[in-house]
Amino acid sequence: MADAEARHVIEIGYGGNERLVMNMGPQHPSAHGVFRAILTLEGETVVAVDAVIGYLHRCHEKLAETLTYVQYPSIASKTDYVSAMTAELAYVAAVEKVGQIGVPKRAQYLRVLVAELQRIASHCLWLGTWCLDMGGALGGGATIFLYAIRERELILDLFEALTGARLLYGFHQVGGVRYDLPAGWPERCRQTVDLVDRRLDEYEAMLDDNAFFRVRTQGVGVISRELALDVGVCGPLIRGSGVAYDVRRTEPYSSYGDFDFKVPVETAGDCYARYRVRMVEFRESIKIVRQVLDGLPAGPISSRPGVKSVGQVRIPKGEGYTRVEGARGELGCYVVADGSAKPYRLKWRGASFSNLSILPHIIPGHKVADVVAIMGSVDPVFGEVDR
Amino acid sequence: MSPLLHHALVGFIVLNVVIGMVTYVTLLERKFAARMQSRIGPYYVGPHGLLQPIADALKLMMKEDVVPAAADRWVYNLAPLAFLVPCVLIFATIPFAPGLGVADLNIGVLFFLAVSSLEIVGLFMGGWGSNNKYALLSAMRAVNQIISYDLPFIFAALVPVVLRGAFGWFVGAYGVLGPLAFVAFLVATLAAENRVPFDILEAESELVAGFRVEYSGMKFALIQLAEYAHMIATSFLGALLFLGGWLGPGPAALGPVWFLLKAMLIFLVVTWVRWSFVRIRVDQILAISWKLLLPATLVLLMVTAFVVAARGAGGS
Repeated sequence: MADAEARHVIEIGYGGNERLVMNMGPQHPSAHGVFRAILTLEGETVVAVDAVIGYLHRCHEKLAETLTYVQYPSIASKTDYVSAMTAELAYVAAVEKVGQIGVPKRAQYLRVLVAELQRIASHCLWLGTWCLDMGGALGGGATIFLYAIRERELILDLFEALTGARLLYGFHQVGGVRYDLPAGWPERCRQTVDLVDRRLDEYEAMLDDNAFFRVRTQGVGVISRELALDVGVCGPLIRGSGVAYDVRRTEPYSSYGDFDFKVPVETAGDCYARYRVRMVEFRESIKIVRQVLDGLPAGPISSRPGVKSVGQVRIPKGEGYTRVEGARGELGCYVVADGSAKPYRLKWRGASFSNLSILPHIIPGHKVADVVAIMGSVDPVFGEVDR
Repeated sequence: MSPLLHHALVGFIVLNVVIGMVTYVTLLERKFAARMQSRIGPYYVGPHGLLQPIADALKLMMKEDVVPAAADRWVYNLAPLAFLVPCVLIFATIPFAPGLGVADLNIGVLFFLAVSSLEIVGLFMGGWGSNNKYALLSAMRAVNQIISYDLPFIFAALVPVVLRGAFGWFVGAYGVLGPLAFVAFLVATLAAENRVPFDILEAESELVAGFRVEYSGMKFALIQLAEYAHMIATSFLGALLFLGGWLGPGPAALGPVWFLLKAMLIFLVVTWVRWSFVRIRVDQILAISWKLLLPATLVLLMVTAFVVAARGAGGS
């Protein structure tokens, strides 16, 4: 963009002489973590927004330099804590690329399986919190929220049975995955995704034909195709703006080429388009989960099954970048190895961070109530923004 | 018994019944919402959570009363009272059964409509006196919304009045115009009571808690009390105007029970709507009122008036 300063005030024909500067966050019911938006209002209309981030900075990249390749995957899950599986996957994939470590087919399939289940769980949380933003904690939004959380719990139950943890897993390790599927797990997984599939119809029945929902989302927060490409948003945002870009399709990793799924694209670019994209993604993820369960090959789950001690994985000198499609978009990890058991330098490329930078471009001109609707549709996770 | 003493006694009883009802209506709403959301709701205080409202009231009474340093103290402290008084006052005109009410005014409906609009004064005082940007924005929205929705509300409520041809309290059912007016009345009720999808002045996801964001303890309790009292009074008004009030099968002594059941039915419909929809935006709310509801109710009222005039003698 031409102006280096992201904050730009839009001028509207306003009769009054006073602008109101209002803080939204970092402690605010709909701040989705610790985001602070300083809104400049003319009446009810937002004319400028300053986005302030950094309240959740935990020195993740520095931390990675002090932890070994065996230790860090369970910390990597804390960058994007809503979609921990894909964050771990990005890290181990980068390390494997630098170290040229192969991954057995079964482990690749298991990685796809958990990544897609994670996407379903993450989208459940997004749908719930987004409706909570628009409908209020004391209104219809809370109803959708509790429905969506109910389904997310089922997925987390699956993860608990698989890894023993519900939020931060430590499932991936360099060269494969740590745990194989327990007995009876595939059947349980099938039942769960069937149930979620049916419940998705209920959500759509409750939202798609709901006039109130449509007036709140259609035509709100429009990201044009050009703006989306300029700012570099990714994930459901760019697909909602008419660009068919999905890392799983453009640069398949972890055997994604074996599976049949479609990349949903909407052209409207508004909140409703992003909602539709994610609703289709739900179903595509379920489809992939079923395909993985059908075609799961036998074999080892790790190419380095003997790894026991934390310092045992050493990566030769080199550097590499991998990207995966997280629930929020392209999640990248850049690793510089120096031959020891710890990386020399690590850099995260968070999808939420790049998506968040769209806010000052699309919020001005909308009403205060739309700010929360737009922010919810962007679906930022602040662990991933601030790292 | 002197008439003054009689009125004081009846007033005291009605006031206490109203406050008791308000506390338990909150429990009803919470249980109802919990069922909608596949939860259980309050359960631990008393059998099936039946003592929860009392625990809540006690908790609010014991809370520290925080007054913001920058608040306009007079306005801030008076606002809950100014908000509560009209909301309780409207109960004075509601007859719970023939002859069972505080005051049998011959302009009952008009008194109700006039006094219930007064709550906006307390509301704006609260929003202004708090000296908080969220509260101020919310108070502005409230004024906008209540001015916009009082007219359709009054027009819809007047349709049965015109059909009946008198301003006293009355019951009964009316042809096709009645149901239409009832629908308009329900929509206007949602807005007048500031319920989702029209709860933009509370709007906790944008304005945190709107005009009452700075209130705590007993003042907050008074505001809540006033809101629910208003809601229940409006439900009673709807039951009286459109659903036949105390009429029902069984002996006449059951009248108040029928009346209560019908009012609770309206309350639950409103609650059902509240827990199903997302909130709409302030400009959309105003558009619905001025472009749709106001003309529609106005036309409805005029058609009703023509029908009654053509029938002659107002039907009574």
